[in-house]
Amino acid sequence: MFETKPNNEIRIGFYVCHCGHNIADTVDVKEVAKYVATLPGVIISREYKYMCSDPGQELIQNDIKEHNLNRIVVASCSPLLHEHTFRNATEKGGLNPFYFHMVNIRENVSWVHEDKKEATIKAMDLARAAIKRVFFHKKLETKKVDIHPDVLIVGGGIAGIHAALTLANAGKKVYLVEREPTIGGHMAKFDKTFPTLDCAACILTPKMSAVKNHPNITLWTYSEVTKVEGFVGNYKATIERKPRYINEDLCVGCIACIDECVYKEGKYPDEFNMGLSKRKPIYIPFPQATPQVVVIDPETCIYLKTGKCKKTCVEACDRNAVVLDQKPEIKEINIGTIIIATGYQFFDPSRITYYGYGKYQNVYTGLEIERLVNASGPTGGEVIMRDGRRPKSIGIIHCVGSRDVNTHLWCSRLCCMYAVKLAHLLKEHTGAEVYNFYIDMRTAGKGYEEFYDKVLKEGVHFIRGRVAEVTDWASTKDEEGKLIMRVEDTLIGVVRRVPVDMVVLICGVEPKEDAQDVRRIFNISCSTEGFFMERHPKLAPVDTFTDGIFIAGACQGPKDIPDSVAQAGAAAAQCMALIDCGSVELEPNTAYIVEEECSGCKSCIQLCPYTAISFNDEKKKAYINEALCKGCGTCVASCPSGSIRQNLFENEEIFSEIEGLLSPAFEYTKEN
Amino acid sequence: MTQYIYYPGCSVKSTGKVYEESLLSVFKYLDTPLKEIDDWNCCGATAYFSIDESEAFGLAARNLALAEKQFNGSKNLHIVAPCSACYLVLKKTQDYLNRDQELRRKIELGLNEVGLSYESFVQVRHPLDVVVNDIGLDKIKEKVTRPLRGLKVACYYGCQIVRPYRDFDHERNPMTMDNLVEALGGEPIDWPLKTRCCGGSLTGTIEEVGLRLSYIILREVRRRGADLVITTCPLCQFNLECYQERINKDFNESLEIPIIYFTQLMGLAFGISDKEIGIHRLFIPITKLAKLRKGGENVYV
Repeated sequence: MFETKPNNEIRIGFYVCHCGHNIADTVDVKEVAKYVATLPGVIISREYKYMCSDPGQELIQNDIKEHNLNRIVVASCSPLLHEHTFRNATEKGGLNPFYFHMVNIRENVSWVHEDKKEATIKAMDLARAAIKRVFFHKKLETKKVDIHPDVLIVGGGIAGIHAALTLANAGKKVYLVEREPTIGGHMAKFDKTFPTLDCAACILTPKMSAVKNHPNITLWTYSEVTKVEGFVGNYKATIERKPRYINEDLCVGCIACIDECVYKEGKYPDEFNMGLSKRKPIYIPFPQATPQVVVIDPETCIYLKTGKCKKTCVEACDRNAVVLDQKPEIKEINIGTIIIATGYQFFDPSRITYYGYGKYQNVYTGLEIERLVNASGPTGGEVIMRDGRRPKSIGIIHCVGSRDVNTHLWCSRLCCMYAVKLAHLLKEHTGAEVYNFYIDMRTAGKGYEEFYDKVLKEGVHFIRGRVAEVTDWASTKDEEGKLIMRVEDTLIGVVRRVPVDMVVLICGVEPKEDAQDVRRIFNISCSTEGFFMERHPKLAPVDTFTDGIFIAGACQGPKDIPDSVAQAGAAAAQCMALIDCGSVELEPNTAYIVEEECSGCKSCIQLCPYTAISFNDEKKKAYINEALCKGCGTCVASCPSGSIRQNLFENEEIFSEIEGLLSPAFEYTKEN
Repeated sequence: MTQYIYYPGCSVKSTGKVYEESLLSVFKYLDTPLKEIDDWNCCGATAYFSIDESEAFGLAARNLALAEKQFNGSKNLHIVAPCSACYLVLKKTQDYLNRDQELRRKIELGLNEVGLSYESFVQVRHPLDVVVNDIGLDKIKEKVTRPLRGLKVACYYGCQIVRPYRDFDHERNPMTMDNLVEALGGEPIDWPLKTRCCGGSLTGTIEEVGLRLSYIILREVRRRGADLVITTCPLCQFNLECYQERINKDFNESLEIPIIYFTQLMGLAFGISDKEIGIHRLFIPITKLAKLRKGGENVYV
């Protein structure tokens, strides 16, 4: 269709890379270079051991000058790895970087083929396609956009808190948005932390109040991000602040209103204490809650439910901070970068019916035990079970909802350690016999194995075996009134029945229930398990596929506190890198409209996944915002009049490439 | 329309005779009369499978093929197999024949020899599944004339109807029968041994192990205060009922727990006569029932 006429003006330099043994072992690179040299337009064709090395790049630069080249093709690895390197080299040689094109003969050829002859022919075919293509390459300019210096952080757990403080201390303005009435997340509920047994509150609450008091941090609790628009450096977020029925600016947390509530005693399950105690409809989640502001739960407040109440809380407040007709407030902010630190949830153990959670009252989750042993918990730190007794024997089941084909396949990574920690705390608080039932002990981490060893020496029992069931079916007198744990002890090879008073289920970590909704709002990806996906599992662990949006903490995968904090720091640094750079270059592979041909049918507008296309009512033509366009090509392919084109993917380029690919193969086959 | 065809198997024609009597009466009462497959043979059961697998599959497949032949008009054909072992063997045969084309070819050749063919459109169903999920609890509630008020029932499912094929209920804590008992007006008790082994054929081979397993179940039933046990399997019923005297002797106990089929319990609630549902054949009479019938607080009317 598009003849590549021998054109004296096109002067191509071709380079094929050995990549050490990676390519050269499977592809006869000498033959490829020899063959490409015969193609029209090719002035110079070389092979080299490592094209990405400095001498390799210099080769390109010198050739451009010496041979007056105006197109460069490199056949090597994936463009994801080195396209940037070679574009830079091309530019340094004095050419527009978009006159360069890359052919992947490693991932697409040498790594996936065994037959050397076939692989060499395929490499030649791909090279020929690229040579035909570059004839039509155009000079393109990258666009620079400014980075808005403010940052939005979603989620006020330890990861969000740490990222917020890091950025704020560096002088950046941060919006920290938290869904719950207080920041602190899961960590605020923990009693002590492994392996050092620091009290969680003692190390967390100073950071919480630092957030509250930091002049660079705007803290919005009881709020949710509902919409995000824009692109790297220029995001616009909409945040809904749910009514807490208290004027946050006036409330000083004196709790007079709580004292005067018509409910004299707490009546509803206290979320912070995992339902182990009761709260009133008007409450402060816990003593160190940040902000120290009361909240009214509309689900349980009599006035908000029925409109009828003496409203003693309103009278009790001498600052008039109780506002029972408060409405949700919508905030719109401009930011340049976003960190998502929305955390995780624990697996719901009632899904595994044979462990009896919800059926036997003395079966607890690990998080419930955290509250039970905590000095500010529902029992003041005394381990009193739901039936009022104190346990003399306790069984701890590991891997509940982890490493199980019926629930979650993954290892939740932190459970072994928190199980060992709870074993230690329970033993310390009750003196009971404590049995841990584990599949494997995974105590990788600084000081973790030592901590496990210490707890072993304290006399906590460890039995290797996945518990088959927790039952109240007693087979002997001793078992009457106990919970019996049936398990195969795989170290001694017998089936055991271990009667205990209390069972603790060490629930695994899973993605938050609404992770998919969050994913959609921020236009990021989830892995198959539902955790947010990083750009690269090793080299870009806090980046996402959406530029300017980063992830931190357990929303990316199960993580303990040190790892969450480390990741939060990394995400903050990534934001700062963008902010301090001031601007970002956008790929020029965007779509554009040939206005004369656009009929204004608007069919492209709905199809664009990045909402980059709008309609110009005056001209009656579609309009593409280049900054928003990601170059996915959806609109290009779907435009009925063919009036949308795309840089780097022009019709001529694609058709020539196809033609190059399909034209008869080199006689290499016959000769050899 | 769904067509049901009845595959009895050997047990319900002998030791489990009351199962057949009550099953047929109850299905008739629920306007779903069951027609028996003509010329059916042994399902293959456990014993056959341990000697020669492909012959065992052949036996079971013949029954499936017969059913398909005798109801050739209807593609929506369901075999109702009351015995848990028959149910499992027929299901297993279907599963293996669907997955193993080599085996299927072999079995089909054999069936062709005797003028049969197997297309695998027939579905294997347990009557408990049919009663609760096809006929439905609403209809059953309507049909109850004598609600089982005050009767505490332990539902014992045994192993084979929920394992390994989890067709209609959970393998560890099934609820189908419990819901049925509630619909009949009775009180299902919650207990953890619903699908624990009754001893199976061990009572006939290694007796002390078999009896111990039955004893574990019976003792727990008594501990939970159930008036009777309902089962879905002729072997479970046999083990739990007929060996109670031996168990009492061996374990120095005084158990006297009636063990009946779920279909018999349905018959009682539907007001079908004792003779039609085999109540007169029980070894251990339902004493609570007699008490309830005379009147009093918990009236069983």
